[in-house]
Amino acid sequence: MNRSIIISSALHLVLILITAMSLPFLSKKPINLPPIVSVELIQITKKTNIPFAPKAKKIIEKAKEKEKKLVSEQAPPKKVKKKKPDAIPLPDEITKKVEKIKEEKQNPEKIDNEVKQVSEFEKKELFDPSNIAALIDKSKTETSEKIKKSNKITQDQENNLENIGLSLSEEDALKAQIFGCWSIPLGLPYNENLLVRIKLQLDPDGSVTKSEILDHARMNKPGQAFYKVLAESALRAVKLCQPLRVPSSGYERWRELQLNFDAREMLEG
Amino acid sequence: MIRKILLLTIIIILPVRTYALIEVDITRGNLDPLPLAVSPLSIDDKSKKSFEKIINIENIGSEISIIVENNLKTSGLFNPLSKDAFLQAPDIANLKPRFEDWSLIKAQALITGKVSYINEKLRVEFRLWDVLAAKEMMALAFTTVPSNWRRVGHIISDKIYERLTGEKGYFDTRIIYVAEEGPKTQRIKKLAIMDQDGFNNKFLTLGNELVLTPRFNPTSQMVTYLSYFRNLPRVYLLDIETGTQEVVGDFPGMTFAPRFSPNGKKIIMSFAKDGKSDIYTMDLENRVVERITNHPSIDTSPSYSPDGKYICFNSDRSGYQQIYVMKSDGSNLKRISFGKGLYGTPVWSPRGDLIAFTKLHKGKFYIGVMRVDGSGERLLTENFYQEAPSWSPNGRVLIFYRETKTNAKGEGFSAKLWSIDLTGYNERLVETPTDASDPSWSSLLSK
Repeated sequence: MNRSIIISSALHLVLILITAMSLPFLSKKPINLPPIVSVELIQITKKTNIPFAPKAKKIIEKAKEKEKKLVSEQAPPKKVKKKKPDAIPLPDEITKKVEKIKEEKQNPEKIDNEVKQVSEFEKKELFDPSNIAALIDKSKTETSEKIKKSNKITQDQENNLENIGLSLSEEDALKAQIFGCWSIPLGLPYNENLLVRIKLQLDPDGSVTKSEILDHARMNKPGQAFYKVLAESALRAVKLCQPLRVPSSGYERWRELQLNFDAREMLEG
Repeated sequence: MIRKILLLTIIIILPVRTYALIEVDITRGNLDPLPLAVSPLSIDDKSKKSFEKIINIENIGSEISIIVENNLKTSGLFNPLSKDAFLQAPDIANLKPRFEDWSLIKAQALITGKVSYINEKLRVEFRLWDVLAAKEMMALAFTTVPSNWRRVGHIISDKIYERLTGEKGYFDTRIIYVAEEGPKTQRIKKLAIMDQDGFNNKFLTLGNELVLTPRFNPTSQMVTYLSYFRNLPRVYLLDIETGTQEVVGDFPGMTFAPRFSPNGKKIIMSFAKDGKSDIYTMDLENRVVERITNHPSIDTSPSYSPDGKYICFNSDRSGYQQIYVMKSDGSNLKRISFGKGLYGTPVWSPRGDLIAFTKLHKGKFYIGVMRVDGSGERLLTENFYQEAPSWSPNGRVLIFYRETKTNAKGEGFSAKLWSIDLTGYNERLVETPTDASDPSWSSLLSK
């Protein structure tokens, strides 16, 4: 009984947490935003990734080794921190032992500071242009690894970019292109819920390898003639627009794309 | 246990993190008519000669395709491309079109077909192709007597219209109207009927008596109209097929503004006596007359909703002529027009969603539509004088008539039929051999 209550409340807590994290926009009142100034988010990694000289590699390796050494120097004092009294001390001894522990703790910390200072000093010495290249290189190899792994769900920056989607200008370019290709069937009723969602698979050059209507079952249902007409017009628009104006970089982000065709706004006006 | 909870938590959290698919909302597009190609229907030489003998038309295949092309063009929804640009011959296109050739001239749909003469009958096959998807959208064949060839063109147009827009077409229909001739003071008015595209015009009355407001029965080829009988305006019934006509009911005053109920079994009209007029219905089977409104004002122009449950009409009971809606038994009366000006001739759309009307405001006449609760009023067209809108059977196009101003000498007067669709952009003159007024659109002849 108790256990299940605990489990239940724990799960509820988790749920509340998730809602609090993922749905904060619901509680916020709409803000009067100033007119949108479109800002393009450019991935600068390509432009800043200067290929490094082979000599630099050796220096980098040396630097890495030194860093490792520094870490190993720092390591022993840390272990001291973890030292804890094994047995439960008698009331008399408690204060003494605590003091002892404190003393024991304090000392290594002092050493630690010294070590840190030393290491910083050393770092300053190592601070030369080739080392920058080395650091950048490190970040590069990391990102490339992440790109390979991007199917996995991780919380790194690269994936955050993926979640952000296309930048405003990228989206605008794509929209403007499809607006031009889409002949809206003018006879459609404006007051019906007609939204056609099409999932596309794209090649890096923007040509469509596969287009799929997400509510395909609705297409051939009786009484859904308007939906069918709209869906067909949307497919024609995609075909007509090929190759799509996709961003020049970040293929992984838009390899799959969903287009939501909604003609209501146009038909009402 | 803890593992299970962890697993559950992960399962719950996972979907939150996997919304990586980019969505782009496409809320705008171009409102240009859909470009399509109507390839002439192919025909073999033997059939060609046979048809030339029977109906005196050189190439019936291309004539039918011209009918289809004109119909689709006048709808305002399609843009048939010039035949000069076509790269593929009709007979080959009908078998297997080269879609690249058609997409090259920017056609998004293609219509091909074949006409043949079999057992003294006209057989027409046609196909509708989606050029961009490179697939067939529809294929149909008809067989009929050769003299019916224009209707075949209209039926094909309706099928294409329905396939590409999702709603029924209105091309295989006829329009009845009042043909007018002579100077304004001595107008001769005759009932006339024609195909929706202006062909096959035919006069139904001789012009001895004045005729007004003809209205089609929505279920058959019957017409009700107003004519004078012993100098009194009376409501008449006319069977177009047989030509027989009769007076509707024996009223001690004048009856006018007749219209059929949606099932065609009743006539609803105004009956005027002692300076007031009320709305009555008459059952055509048992001739039972029923009074619907009873008010000292002028109630007229009644029109049923397509389900027959409501009636809209105009009345001056508020002091000015406005539009009212009530249940078909006269209860629950409600005024729906509240804009500035006078509102008249309300007509309920066959689709049921809108009421078309004529509005007079500051000396100008407007044709407009509003929702059945009076909201969303939209004025489609403005002119010096125009009135009497009538709906196409699919509720997308209105036909009405427009008169021009006469000069000081009384010259320059004309009355013509015009059509406009619900967008208000596609306004067109409907050609008639004489001046014309009071049009009424029939329902689809082929159902």
